[in-house]
Amino acid sequence: MTDIDALAARLRTDLAADQVVSDRQELRTYECDGLAHYKVIPALVVFPRSAEDCARTVRACVAAGVPFVARGSGTGLSGGALPHAEGVLIVTSQMRRIVQVAPEDERAVVEPGVINLQVTRAASPSGYYYAPDPSSQQICSIGGNVAENSGGAHCLKYGFTTNHVTGAQIVAPDGELVRLGGRAPDAPGYDLLGAFVGSEGTLGIATEVTVRLVRLPETVRTLLAAFPGVDEAGAATSAIIGAGVVPAAVEMMDALAIEAAEAAVHCGYPEGAGAVLIVELDGPAAEVAAQFAQVETFCADNGAFEIRIAADDAERALFWKGRKSAFAAVGRISPDYIVQDGVIPRTALPEVLHRIGEISRGQGVRVANVFHAGDGNLHPLVLFDDGVEGEAGRAEEVSAAILALCIEYGGSITGEHGVGMDKAKYMPRMFTDDDLDTMQLVRCAFDPAGLANPGKIFPTPRLCGEVPGRHRGTHPAQQAGLAEVF
Amino acid sequence: MPAALDALGDLVRRAGDGDAVAGVPARFVGTPATTEEASAVLRAAAADDLAVVVRGAGTKQDWGAPPRRLDLVLDTRRLAGVVEHAAGDLIVVVRAGTPIAELQGKLAPAGQQLALDAALPGATVGGTVAVSTSGPRRMLYGTARDLLIGVTVVRPDGVVARAGGKVVKNVAGYDLGKLITGSYGTLGLITECVFRLHPLPAADAVVTRRVADPAEAGRLVAAVLAAQVVPSAIEVDAPPGGGIEVAVLVEGVPAGVRDRVALLCRLLGGEAAQQRPDWWGTYPWRAGETGLKVTAALSRVPGLLAAARDAGERHGAPPTVRGSAGSGVLYAGLPGDAAPEAVAGIVDHLRGAAGQAGGHAVVLTAPAAVRERVDMWGPVEGLALMRRIKEQFDADGRFARGRFVGGI
Repeated sequence: MTDIDALAARLRTDLAADQVVSDRQELRTYECDGLAHYKVIPALVVFPRSAEDCARTVRACVAAGVPFVARGSGTGLSGGALPHAEGVLIVTSQMRRIVQVAPEDERAVVEPGVINLQVTRAASPSGYYYAPDPSSQQICSIGGNVAENSGGAHCLKYGFTTNHVTGAQIVAPDGELVRLGGRAPDAPGYDLLGAFVGSEGTLGIATEVTVRLVRLPETVRTLLAAFPGVDEAGAATSAIIGAGVVPAAVEMMDALAIEAAEAAVHCGYPEGAGAVLIVELDGPAAEVAAQFAQVETFCADNGAFEIRIAADDAERALFWKGRKSAFAAVGRISPDYIVQDGVIPRTALPEVLHRIGEISRGQGVRVANVFHAGDGNLHPLVLFDDGVEGEAGRAEEVSAAILALCIEYGGSITGEHGVGMDKAKYMPRMFTDDDLDTMQLVRCAFDPAGLANPGKIFPTPRLCGEVPGRHRGTHPAQQAGLAEVF
Repeated sequence: MPAALDALGDLVRRAGDGDAVAGVPARFVGTPATTEEASAVLRAAAADDLAVVVRGAGTKQDWGAPPRRLDLVLDTRRLAGVVEHAAGDLIVVVRAGTPIAELQGKLAPAGQQLALDAALPGATVGGTVAVSTSGPRRMLYGTARDLLIGVTVVRPDGVVARAGGKVVKNVAGYDLGKLITGSYGTLGLITECVFRLHPLPAADAVVTRRVADPAEAGRLVAAVLAAQVVPSAIEVDAPPGGGIEVAVLVEGVPAGVRDRVALLCRLLGGEAAQQRPDWWGTYPWRAGETGLKVTAALSRVPGLLAAARDAGERHGAPPTVRGSAGSGVLYAGLPGDAAPEAVAGIVDHLRGAAGQAGGHAVVLTAPAAVRERVDMWGPVEGLALMRRIKEQFDADGRFARGRFVGGI
């Protein structure tokens, strides 16, 4: 019996037999997440149905010294839920209970496998919703959102997952269940919840999440503006933000991205547009009316040749359909593509887009650009054909060059998709060794054995035995039982 | 002076009486003007095993427990100034010793602000982040943790580390900014912060209404939350023996503010005030008195107000309660001459009520006699993990030791 067989046997006893999968064919289903070109077949897959199941699984892994990786819906785009070949994949898809919706507290309590959009569906009859809205919100899980600190189109105004999670129960990497934060704000002590959200499964697994609910806005108004090119659309964005307007969302697509969206979902964007902007404002009616008029003016003044205003929810949905389907749509115009995720200071947008254009032409690789223009979060889609010798390599180079640009302009290598497996190698370009070493102090506090999602985020794991500062012996007073260290 | 410190020349001086922290005298004061100088001072302190407390303007030096040991006060006031204000990107890079008010003055000409209220005049950026103080407008804008997008810290061993960056949207690496925010200087020295900014609103207005009891205040707050007001703040003020004043702030474009003020006047049966009430955004205690922070789930705030009233009556020391009814954060103040036994009784009572309401009661500051009698922090979830964090960052326990939860 191998170690894994023994672990499987223990888990079948500790949980239930049907919660543990070890069949090679079935395991293959979980070999990748949304970043499908990395594939690793896990040694085991476990489906906990409760926090206690999760804790038991982690404790069994710790006892066996086996790494574990948590997975929600598997929609992540950085390989954050890529399995470990000798490890256990803990899939939260059977933890889908909405524990409570409490509009009077502006909170909902959900299990990690609950789908993002389900939270809004559960809260909206009471006039509330869950604000973070990643494009995958119809299928991605709250647990995954917490791990990745997911954003979305509307985070320009409303912030990210980290701003909307007020509490969580987690299984720490030693198997202990710990509550962090809660329904009330500002729990005393270190903001461990703040460190946990966005830690990509390396600090443990969320087993219950308390989220903030936001009052549904009185008014939502959306316009679609067509520009000759990205420079004009970028200038309009700058004018809007510069005037002190905080739209709920400002999204931009360039000509190639529009072409793809048209081919895929026939969204009917204005013909001949070199770029479109989708601008959405929400809030109290009079506020929105005043600012919407300003936005229209800024678009027109900066060269918009057509401005459409959504007359109703159906038309708004159509505007968004092109944008939200853009990643998948690119499949219509290219056999293969890389979805990149980088951030630049918003004001550098025109310059960076020109440089991306130069890189694209220089390598002969097409790049479609989709981005959250309001906050400088770029999603270049690098197109290639894996069947053509050398194309994949060139696409990789273009993709890497775009990230290098993000760093050069003082931005980030990821705005919302996470570092995961895919970008760990870029971390040393954005951070110094000391920066990464310091982040890993947190990792060492939570997971000294390095069993929680190893190999993600950090290119070089820190040995947790090396405590900074001078080495201390036990203080004599402590030894004598007269004092404790803390 | 130890040799390593002595070698730093003007960066370190001998401490005076004014440099004591919560009654504990210091031996030296370090006054670096840059991150590099701060790193040099802290490396020297590490070499000599010196216990360190960080000080900005000193407005909250009497918060938390006194340090168990103190050699060096690291004063950040020379570590000041705006490094970069990228108005088009709505971000600012600012050194930790900069007073919040001075920062706002630099941002205002561009029509921008750091949307963080400073309750204590003179408070610095670093102190505000380290203690995570917040004010009324947290309801709309969040707190320091939500606005801080990048941070530079000097670790207790003198190593300089950065996390986050200069862009608002960024998920690369651990969010050390959140861990540092509210850590009371126990994990290291903050030298530089990057914040996201917000536009200054074109108009704002406050509508107030005085009511008799917590239940009525609760009904009004619930009505405002359920309506389409989008308040920037819903504050309450409950002085001893008096009624409760509810005040709601709205900000936006002039036409929008006008509409919402009209709506608020109907909802509250109150009237628009020319300016914010004089208690707005201040703590209900003065230096030398007892101050508590009491939190609850939103719907349980009226219950906390009632509990404070009951506790005051039972123990013969009625507290003044004030705070953010729209966020679930209240503050309670008790006179400095209140009997420690009475204060302890009230703390227990409020802690029980807050616990029932999903929150906590923390004693932020208190006279020495009260400190001896009460547990300042109360129950803390996740304390074992917190101790492990402290152990990793400050294995020797030299930074603000004893000031924080669980004696960290």
